[in-house]
Amino acid sequence: MIAEANAPVRPKYTKKELVADHPTWCPGCGDFSILSIYFKMMEKRQIPHESITSIAGIGCSSRFPYFVNAHGAHFLHGRGVPFATGVSLIRPDLHVFMFGGDGDAFSIGGNHLNHAARKNIKMTYVIMDNFVYGLTKKQTSPTSPLGFKSKTDPWGAIDQPINPMKQLIAGGATFIARSHSHLPNHVMEMFEAAMDHDGFSVIEVLSECTEFYPGAFDAANPRKGGVFTLVPKDHDVTDEVAAYKLAMESFPGTFGVYYKVSRPTKNALEANLIREAKSKANNASPAELLQKTFDRFA
Amino acid sequence: MIENPTGSSVAPNGVNAALAKKNIQDVVIRFAGNSQDGIQSIGGFLARLGGRTEKDVMTYMTIPATISGGPSIFQVRLGTGDVLSAGDDVDILVAFYQHSFNDHINSLRDGGVLLYDSDNVQPDPNQKRYRAVGIPITSMTVEAIGGTAKDKGKNMFVLGLVARMFDLDVPKLETMLQGYYKGKNEDVIRSVLGAFHAGYGYDVGKVADTFQFTPAIAKSETKKVVTDGNQAIAYGALVAGVRFGAGYPITPWSSIMEILRVELPKYGGIFVQTEDELAAIAMACGGSYAGYLSLTGTSGPGISLKSEAIGWAIMAEMPVVIIDVSRGGPSTGLPTNVEQSDLNICVYGSHGDAPRIVLAPASVEDCFYTTIEAVNLAREYSCPAFVVSDQALATRVETWDMPDFAKLCQNIDPKLEPRGPNYKPYENTADGIARHAPPGTRMLDGKYPIVTGLEHDESGHPASRPANHVMMTTKRRRKLQVLAAKLPKAQVFGPPEGNVLLVGWGSTEGPIREAVERARAAGESVSSLHLRYISPLQPGIEEIFDGFNHVFVVEINDEGLYGLGQLAMLLRARFADKKIRGINKTDGLPFKVREILAGMNEKLKTPVQ
Ligand SMILES: Cc1ncc(C[n+]2csc(CCOP(=O)(O)OP(=O)(O)O)c2C)c(N)n1
Ligand code: SF4
Ligand SMILES: [Mg+2]
Repeated sequence: MIAEANAPVRPKYTKKELVADHPTWCPGCGDFSILSIYFKMMEKRQIPHESITSIAGIGCSSRFPYFVNAHGAHFLHGRGVPFATGVSLIRPDLHVFMFGGDGDAFSIGGNHLNHAARKNIKMTYVIMDNFVYGLTKKQTSPTSPLGFKSKTDPWGAIDQPINPMKQLIAGGATFIARSHSHLPNHVMEMFEAAMDHDGFSVIEVLSECTEFYPGAFDAANPRKGGVFTLVPKDHDVTDEVAAYKLAMESFPGTFGVYYKVSRPTKNALEANLIREAKSKANNASPAELLQKTFDRFA
Repeated sequence: MIENPTGSSVAPNGVNAALAKKNIQDVVIRFAGNSQDGIQSIGGFLARLGGRTEKDVMTYMTIPATISGGPSIFQVRLGTGDVLSAGDDVDILVAFYQHSFNDHINSLRDGGVLLYDSDNVQPDPNQKRYRAVGIPITSMTVEAIGGTAKDKGKNMFVLGLVARMFDLDVPKLETMLQGYYKGKNEDVIRSVLGAFHAGYGYDVGKVADTFQFTPAIAKSETKKVVTDGNQAIAYGALVAGVRFGAGYPITPWSSIMEILRVELPKYGGIFVQTEDELAAIAMACGGSYAGYLSLTGTSGPGISLKSEAIGWAIMAEMPVVIIDVSRGGPSTGLPTNVEQSDLNICVYGSHGDAPRIVLAPASVEDCFYTTIEAVNLAREYSCPAFVVSDQALATRVETWDMPDFAKLCQNIDPKLEPRGPNYKPYENTADGIARHAPPGTRMLDGKYPIVTGLEHDESGHPASRPANHVMMTTKRRRKLQVLAAKLPKAQVFGPPEGNVLLVGWGSTEGPIREAVERARAAGESVSSLHLRYISPLQPGIEEIFDGFNHVFVVEINDEGLYGLGQLAMLLRARFADKKIRGINKTDGLPFKVREILAGMNEKLKTPVQ
């Protein structure tokens, strides 16, 4: 494994150098503001340019890596998380960011989310939740509220939606936050907190699909007459039951960090196994190790 | 059993022949009992002993799909010459239970010996076909090591019995037993040795023939190892430098991931047990993307799940090694039986035009070297590479030459030196091979690459222009044509011209070669060709086909709607040659030499049309 490298001394980069293709999103799409906050955060943090890694599944939101001029991968619908897990485990020197939509995260990739959460894989996962399937043009998503009229439920959605916060708490994620793309300062604050967390950090960002679900999040947008309520100041982020209680509030609920605990990451636990195994084997070379094993087969 | 013609001149081993000590070159023993009796460990010790002396071994093992007991067998062929197959018929059948006797008595050859546990088995008293020897195995074991050992220790008793019967090297066996049980408590070791000695002490020569192996015909001095096919694959991956992998348990693949999980940390690597096969291949793609060529593997059902991501790796030109230890299908099928019915999914599985590398090892030793080659080809051609093994190879134990690790061990860790300017991951070069810059690589011109499953231009940007898709589809195929031209030429076993060419792939090499030898000894004109490179095919095949009147593709899979098995279909499509026909079977068992010859003679009755 490549060890965490010291950042080489070099001139600071600006947001301009991080901009790649012009996003193909529809005008007004909430994902734009998440992208520009990502740029802003990188610019502020000055992570070595080559160490930024943006990984995504499939969906409008998952197009994200193309718009960032940094290393990235566009994988399969729902499978971005295990892909990013592979990168994270073998390359502790990289900052692994994972981007995707609600369908990607909670429907086709739902099982992976639970397992990355319980294993506490070090990465930051930004779920851009628009309550609809954007890329495939307006089908019901697992977070579509009851009654939402889509092409697959023209009479209004009849299936109970997933509650992302409850799901993530139950899954065992160690950092769980909720934000809203129309409030960039809040998104930035959540991004930074997530990035600084040593473990599986997830932010659900409500990100409006202006094309297929306009106004979905107005109720929490002060500029549209809504109320943006922060998680109460006295909320104990290490209290799982308190986090559930926040998650149970009716839409639009509260925004901020719901849950944050410290638990060893799989990255650290695997590194421990390696250290122990190597020292037990007296740091033998591969050829020596193999010879010893095969002498037993002889 | 091959009796040595220069050996002692006693009557042929018939039912009424006098008891004697006979010289033999080769013997096939089948142990039939339940899985909890430790049948496998008797076979394992004999195989290992064979490997440590001048005997060659090949084993054949079936295990029940349900682990908590149930019928289980282990067949071992010990010989002083080259052992090619596990043997058609059994010389000695050891039956622990009535059901073992009922199910396996037909595998015993005429004149063979049935050793049965007279505490549990009632053979037919009137038969004259074989010699039945009853020994109270259960009660004698209990007597030797105490009452609590009712179900345990019988295997060791039988091992002792066999050691006596075949004049095996007892000190060596004892050392092996002690080594194997090292670390267990004293009582266990005492029971093991107690049961073994009780078996050895039983004067089997009074009730059955005993045997002695004639010395081997000058064998190489190379040190030998004894492993099964799955061990060979796992250690092959470690030798090749694989340091990251991911998988989900499924029989018969699991033991590969168990070995890698335990071994990799010593090598500074990680093997992840994932939530499913979709995650396993996704993680392997991620590991390879991160610069460490990664391995995943599974058996049939898991390959079905991995198919979408295999297409991603082909499109993104990401190297990844995929092991398929195939079993009977479709669906859950026959989890613990052999079948070669995954060739199509390995060669074609995934939507779209998705060419990839597919290799098929032919023996346990070949499992080791094929895995190393798959790693190297995947990296060199930036493409997924399959190793298609099967249940028979996975559980087969063979003796092979100790590898030269100092020479073979590779370091394939990523280098991450800065790239560019003007670096393009998917540049349309003459060889068509993508050259990735893993994350962490500084791009000198400040332009960073994205790897993707969308059709893309040379820089990796999504591009759906018609001419671009034509160019890139061609590029992904062209690199494998470049590889095909560099592969070693196909080699015939036997004369390069003749009447019949038997073509095989994978675990059937041994029995096919033995079939060729038997047919040639009987004056027939038969040769064989074993294909290790399934995709792309190696050069020289057509010229070889030209030298024969008939080409029969021997496969453990169905002859399909058009009378052609999976490889036969591929070869027909490739060479459009009507003389290519199939010899197929689907009973979930390895090919017997006799079955191959019968299939050949049957096919020869109908002319090529
Ligand atoms: C295996 C597979 N099934 C279906 C699709 C089609 N598909 C692409 S994106 C998508 C849903 C996208 O919704 P979401 O994840 O919420 O992302 P959004 O577009 O809303 O950002 C679907 C069904 C696919 N690409 N792959
Ligand atoms: S369809 Fe919706 S989610 Fe997709 S880009 Fe347009 S606005 Fe954004
Ligand atoms: Mg969506």
